[in-house]
Amino acid sequence: MTTDIAVPKHAAAQVEPRVPQTDLKVTQWRVLRSEWVKFWSLRSSYITLAATVLGMIGFGVLFSAVTANRWPVMEAAQRLRFEPTGVSLRGFELAQLIIGVLGVLLVTGEYGTGMIRASMSAAPKRLPVVWAKAIVFTVVAFVAGEVSAFVAFFAGQALLSSQHIQTSLSAPEVLRTVFGTGLYLTMVGLLGVALGWIIRSTAGGIATLFGLLLVLPALSDALPQSWSQHITPYLPSNAGQSLTAIHPDTGMLAPWTGFWVFCIYIVAGFIAAAILVRRRDA
Amino acid sequence: MLPLVGYQRPEAGVNMIEARAVTKRYGDKTAVDDLTFTVRPGVVTGFLGPNGAGKSTTMRMILGLDAPTSGGVTVNGKRYAEHTAPLHEVGALLEAKAVHSGRSAYYHLLSLALTTGIPRRRVDEVIDMVGLRDVARRRVGGFSLGMGQRLGVAAALLGDPATLVLDEPVNGLDPEGILWIRTLLRALAAEGRTVFVSSHLMSEMALTAEHLIVIGRGKLIADLSVRDFTELASRKVVRVRTPEAGRLRDLLVGADVSVTGLEPDLLEVAGLNSEAIGKAACAAAVPLVELTPVQASLEEAFMELTQDAVEFRVDDTANEHDRSVA
Repeated sequence: MTTDIAVPKHAAAQVEPRVPQTDLKVTQWRVLRSEWVKFWSLRSSYITLAATVLGMIGFGVLFSAVTANRWPVMEAAQRLRFEPTGVSLRGFELAQLIIGVLGVLLVTGEYGTGMIRASMSAAPKRLPVVWAKAIVFTVVAFVAGEVSAFVAFFAGQALLSSQHIQTSLSAPEVLRTVFGTGLYLTMVGLLGVALGWIIRSTAGGIATLFGLLLVLPALSDALPQSWSQHITPYLPSNAGQSLTAIHPDTGMLAPWTGFWVFCIYIVAGFIAAAILVRRRDA
Repeated sequence: MLPLVGYQRPEAGVNMIEARAVTKRYGDKTAVDDLTFTVRPGVVTGFLGPNGAGKSTTMRMILGLDAPTSGGVTVNGKRYAEHTAPLHEVGALLEAKAVHSGRSAYYHLLSLALTTGIPRRRVDEVIDMVGLRDVARRRVGGFSLGMGQRLGVAAALLGDPATLVLDEPVNGLDPEGILWIRTLLRALAAEGRTVFVSSHLMSEMALTAEHLIVIGRGKLIADLSVRDFTELASRKVVRVRTPEAGRLRDLLVGADVSVTGLEPDLLEVAGLNSEAIGKAACAAAVPLVELTPVQASLEEAFMELTQDAVEFRVDDTANEHDRSVA
């Protein structure tokens, strides 16, 4: 057992290289390619993305069809409140939750399975992994968000056109609203990614994300109005959703102002994530 | 093992693992306590200790996954995170479970390879090397423990590393797999690589390793060659069966010789070899029925060595289950 493997020491160094000498440094670009392959090699990525797109389009079509159907018997007051872009994009209420889960899972899936240790030993500087995941997610979510927003819009308007109550992209603020809805979905997902890094557990990450998106606004509404008017518009989901409305509600931020406020939350989330990832044991 | 690319292996002596006064605390629990050791290239070094001794923690610190509370670990001359091509420096098998269960073996390895520009061909190569070709496209979640270990070994070999760090690689392997790992590790070491393998099984290490680092409760207990350990293990005890046990005892007992009575006609003699006992008995005309040199097993010696350092002992009152903290 001791002598039958008589390979001379350093024999490996003498073996003829079979591949030309290449540069084997870990680079941001290479980590990005790795993360891209990681994303597309999980079945859950496809399922969650499909659910996001279907939620966005399905509900847009459903609400548009129901509205078109009910239009002839609708009361005047209801008709006054009708806004065709918003009806066709209403699916974002569901889609934001699904894409948020996708964002959280992108990170917590690695912590839950132990994969994070493999990832961090392959890229021990760690931050390239954080940035790569953010970039991969942004690209994927942006495409999925915009495609589903525009499809939902066009399908919805086609259904509404039976009652001649549709709108078009060239109408004021419509293009911004449709595009902004896809952008909002991307940002919600990114917030999920940042929370995933911070919290590391799937259940905790999803609960926190839903809490920020859904519970905080409800709590803020319970505050005295003199307080809530200074808080409510700046909450993450309220700020971000200003971009998804043709005319934001009174008291809410202007569309792009809201967008930038939402961006600040996400940047803050990623700064916290980067600090924690560097500092904590993997 | 053929190298991946024209990778320049560091000069002899450069590829080693050096832990200097490394300590790791989790809250008020000290997992690794002021550990200093060097793992040299060219031989398999076994890292032994009971469960919870701090082996896995030490290995995670080698890989920069856990930061030491104090002290430091370098591998091939630098801290792990300072290497620009880490997978080429150190190949690691941490736990069988450092893999996303939803991903296939192939894509798991490919995603690691891509981070450092290792070609796809190498991924297929290591898959063949560990014998996972038939299942490479299946989700890792359905793998047996043994298949998971083979995948971990494949990941460790991916970058053709100068140093290998393997945490309990034989866990879950069948006898054929254990033999395969043993041969592989020795071959890797024979190529001049540094091979550091943890285990809680002394018998396994005796067959695989040439050098041993033994820890218990996070502290260094021994740093010695397997040969020295084996010698340490063979406390020279001879079992003697004789109808005149009392007379023989009086005959033999002395300053360096102790005699224990096991049965009325059976003695255990320490400090004399069987030849000396036989001659003494013959001279005094004491009839001997049996004269057997007894060697303590390696496991016994290991347990003796680590006796005071066993983290979780099963006793009658509190049956503490095997929390392996390490």
